[in-house]
Amino acid sequence: MAILDPVAEPAMNARGGASRVIHARLAPRLFTASSAAVVLLILAGAVYLVVSSGRLRWAVIGEYIFSTVMLNGVKTTLTITLVSLITSIVLGTLLATMRMSKNFILKAIASGYIWFFRGTPVIVQVVFWFNIALFLPKVGFGDWTVSTNVIVTPMNAALLAMSLNVSAFMCEVIRGGLLAVDRGQTEAAMSIGMRPANILLRIVLPQAVRVILPPAGNLAIDLLKATSLVYVIGTKEILGTATSIAGQNFYVIELLIVACCWYLILVTIASYLQGKLEKRFSRGYAPASTKGKKTAAPTQAPDTPSANQLESATEIEEATS
Amino acid sequence: MTTQPMVRIHDLKKAFGHHVVLEGVDMEVSRGEVVFVIGPSGSGKSTLLRCINGLEPYDGGEIWVGDYLVGAELHGDRWVEASPKVAAQRRSRIGMVFQRFDLFPNMTALENITAGLRLVHHQSPKEAEARGRELLERVGLSERADSYPGQLSGGQQQRIAIARAIAAKPNLVLFDEPTSALDPELVGEVLDVIRDLAESGMSLIVVTHEIHFALDVADVVYFVDGGRVVESGSPESVIKNPRHERTISFLQRINRESL
Repeated sequence: MAILDPVAEPAMNARGGASRVIHARLAPRLFTASSAAVVLLILAGAVYLVVSSGRLRWAVIGEYIFSTVMLNGVKTTLTITLVSLITSIVLGTLLATMRMSKNFILKAIASGYIWFFRGTPVIVQVVFWFNIALFLPKVGFGDWTVSTNVIVTPMNAALLAMSLNVSAFMCEVIRGGLLAVDRGQTEAAMSIGMRPANILLRIVLPQAVRVILPPAGNLAIDLLKATSLVYVIGTKEILGTATSIAGQNFYVIELLIVACCWYLILVTIASYLQGKLEKRFSRGYAPASTKGKKTAAPTQAPDTPSANQLESATEIEEATS
Repeated sequence: MTTQPMVRIHDLKKAFGHHVVLEGVDMEVSRGEVVFVIGPSGSGKSTLLRCINGLEPYDGGEIWVGDYLVGAELHGDRWVEASPKVAAQRRSRIGMVFQRFDLFPNMTALENITAGLRLVHHQSPKEAEARGRELLERVGLSERADSYPGQLSGGQQQRIAIARAIAAKPNLVLFDEPTSALDPELVGEVLDVIRDLAESGMSLIVVTHEIHFALDVADVVYFVDGGRVVESGSPESVIKNPRHERTISFLQRINRESL
């Protein structure tokens, strides 16, 4: 306490004893430090076990992680993820609006779609689409037909299965977001003469995105990892590539580590992008900026502090709600 | 055309399921007239406004706005149900101000005001912004152009909402209890803006509990209770010298609350 200059720290002293505050914080910090040490020790032990076994060929991991085959696998994983994600956003929005419409038939179709695609395992859907040629050997219009097997390559089957499956989940995420937007927003938009489709695209969806983003990001990350399932039909994405290499050189664990590294890298990037997006769409909801506060003063009579207080009170209310 | 009333309502009926809200309302609003609708909560005042704007379909009677029948359009010589497109076009020429402001929270004050100009009337960004700034000045909020609704007080939000409602220069503006959601000390600034509009020659229909304001600004006052117009006339006659028993007891209640 003697070091503290009472003049330099008037605020602390005015609150009545900064020392008490410091002591109150010391005890839990000691506890946090000791518990953290225990956890770190266990972690170090686990790492030591893996490293010291001497069975892992680190060189193999280094050799394959940035190899051309592996990078092609990463590209395939990204393609399946992005195509499915974009399809699911379009199809999901369509299904969500169908589900929320007053038209009974549209509602039933959307509900049926969700019931089926959400209710059956993804892997079953993947295998199903890959084998569609078994009961639909040819597709086409009129005279122009083509063998289904030409179209349904492992890649196309993977795209089809993942897109249709994720759309069912995305629909529910988007519907939740649309329901979260106040009904008054639609009426206000109607009152200025906007038409339903325009209201959905320009007023309701942009506001729903804020609510949709966290669960949609979760879904996208899930999807990124779920694309590994399509290795069963021979699609050469990250896991498919890793297992096919391991099938030749028998370094199974090493190649699984390579695959895991790639999934972790991609998920890390995806999480970062999700955070960026969430920030962008929180426009108007973020805690009031200082810029807004400063310009607030001139509109209020300068001699009425109560008005300004009231204003900042509403700001806090808005920001926390 | 010029002698045609702005709004003509005849025997308007509306029910929500078995709950009858309006049971035969008659009303007429001339061009440039300021009409106030007062009455107890749940008397159907808000529903009446929403019907005029086509936000709510009505079950019986007629609402004429200018030369069209609300909710219907003329096909040859037959009135058929209005298409969403026609209904939207009509709404774009009527302003509406809501009790809870309903500003678009993801748009700045200026963007809120110009939303209709940009998204409905397809004005150029420059043109819309110029009109937006003009309106911001009119409602006394020029400095708050870039503020989001969440950064504004209730009174400021409602002033922005009024600016949004009049952006496309409507002939008719509907106010649905514009000050009911405001803290008492913020009511005055909103009433000032409404007064300004009333003096500018727009037709206004204002649903409110602000009796003194009605006395001050209204050309005609309607007292509505139980889904019917109980009495109507000049503000002096309805508010100062009410004849009907229900009007008298309602005004007594209101006066007791405001004192």
